[in-house]
Amino acid sequence: MADELTAAAVERVFRAEAGRVLATLIRLVGDFELAEEGLQEAVTAALRQWPDDGMPSNPRAWLVNVGRHKAIDRLRRRRMMLDRQRELAIMAAIESEAVQTDRDDGLDDDILRLIFTCCHPALNRDTQVALTLRAVCGLSTEAVARAFLVGVDTMAQRLVRAKAKIRIAKIPYETPPPERLGERLEGALAVIYQVFTEGYAPTEGPQLTRADLSAEAIRLGRLLLAQMPERPAIAGLLALMLLHDARRDARATAEGDLVLLEHQDRGLWDRGRIAEGAALVERALRGPGLPSAYAVQAAIAAVHAEAERFEATDWPQIVGLYEVLLRLSPSPVVALNHAAAVSMVDGPQKALNLVDALAAREELGGYHLLPATRADLLRRLGRRDEAREAYRAALELARLAPERRWLARRLAEL
Amino acid sequence: MQYLLLIYQNEAEMAARAKSEADAMHGEYAAFTQGIIQSGHFKGGERLQPSTTATTVRVRGGKVSTTDGPFAETREQLAGYYMVEAKDLDEASAIAAKLPGSKYGSVEVRPVWPMS
Repeated sequence: MADELTAAAVERVFRAEAGRVLATLIRLVGDFELAEEGLQEAVTAALRQWPDDGMPSNPRAWLVNVGRHKAIDRLRRRRMMLDRQRELAIMAAIESEAVQTDRDDGLDDDILRLIFTCCHPALNRDTQVALTLRAVCGLSTEAVARAFLVGVDTMAQRLVRAKAKIRIAKIPYETPPPERLGERLEGALAVIYQVFTEGYAPTEGPQLTRADLSAEAIRLGRLLLAQMPERPAIAGLLALMLLHDARRDARATAEGDLVLLEHQDRGLWDRGRIAEGAALVERALRGPGLPSAYAVQAAIAAVHAEAERFEATDWPQIVGLYEVLLRLSPSPVVALNHAAAVSMVDGPQKALNLVDALAAREELGGYHLLPATRADLLRRLGRRDEAREAYRAALELARLAPERRWLARRLAEL
Repeated sequence: MQYLLLIYQNEAEMAARAKSEADAMHGEYAAFTQGIIQSGHFKGGERLQPSTTATTVRVRGGKVSTTDGPFAETREQLAGYYMVEAKDLDEASAIAAKLPGSKYGSVEVRPVWPMS
């Protein structure tokens, strides 16, 4: 019995603690790859010892201590391969450092350092995402490769190259200084949001959502907010992710077909997530200075989430929020969503004028939702031929199977 | 007059060579370096880490942008170089961002290969 119980429990502990243990080991041994090797060996040792001896009272401290000693062993074995000076510096750091792993006050500088290192702008964005999933979330290289729809070897190589760059180019392992913190935090939030959107609305493939990635993003958001509770942008992003994720189960039928907000069964929405998200939105909007774009997007999602029926949606408020968003971070996609909201307040003709003006600017060429939105407005205006033509144009651009099926259905209905 | 000599080579091919070939080339480099030191031509020179460790820094509208990888735009040509000592990539990038060239063009930050 002990064995079975421990195997599942051990797995849970690893997933929960891998990022923190790795983060602390990197600080102690001063080397990303050496720390990873130490962690690997500590995990192997745990799998051997814990089923017999039972789970230690502080598994994180156990893993850090064992990982640290394994790293020292490795250094000794590799003695000839490292220059002497660097080796001595690392050994001294490992020996002298008091291991602080039993702090449970929520403050964990190591994990922050690790997040900011993985999200360093000298690595390209996809590499930042991959490294964050691997190192902070503790996903296996196989799982990260799946997330990117690439082969394991390709991903392994990309991760090795990223770690080599961190070491060779000396990307600092630290929380950025105050004058750079805002900008670097923005980068880290963009990484987390990319993980979320790839889980919530994959750009390719057969599935409409990939819950595992969204869950990782939410976990990262919570982790970051716990470390830096005074940053409203983090609360805004976490709120946005929770409010979108709350609708996950209602967004697709059992067959994987897309269900529009309008037709979603609101009983399937996760009320717990909505409540948590809505509370965070208020916190995010309250902060000093202008609200973040995430906070305003989250506020829009909250207005939708709080409407009991689609018809009860507070559209004027949504239009107003989109106008704020257009000022904060103007983009053609935001303008398109704004137009769709305008159609609910001022009717489809006014919205169509906005969409046509947007189409004339040609920034959204290739984006299937532009012709799809046009098609819907034309349909509501009774201009069926033009609507059909627009649906066909949207079909040519859509890449996700469920979206294609939905567009084809709409076209057939006309 | 001083001239900067820039060495271009295919990293993938270089990495794929047999050790004996690599050793032979290192020998040639050592002999060349000794030769130009003795002839009084040598002013300085370093081997660089591979381009995968490079970071490119640009400043546009006062905003610093850093991207992974070497500078790859063929519209611009190499115009000069500085060798700097910095504690880490952030410090080196901050210096690069102050270089006028980061406003008018791009600056590639590449770590020097440590010779022991």
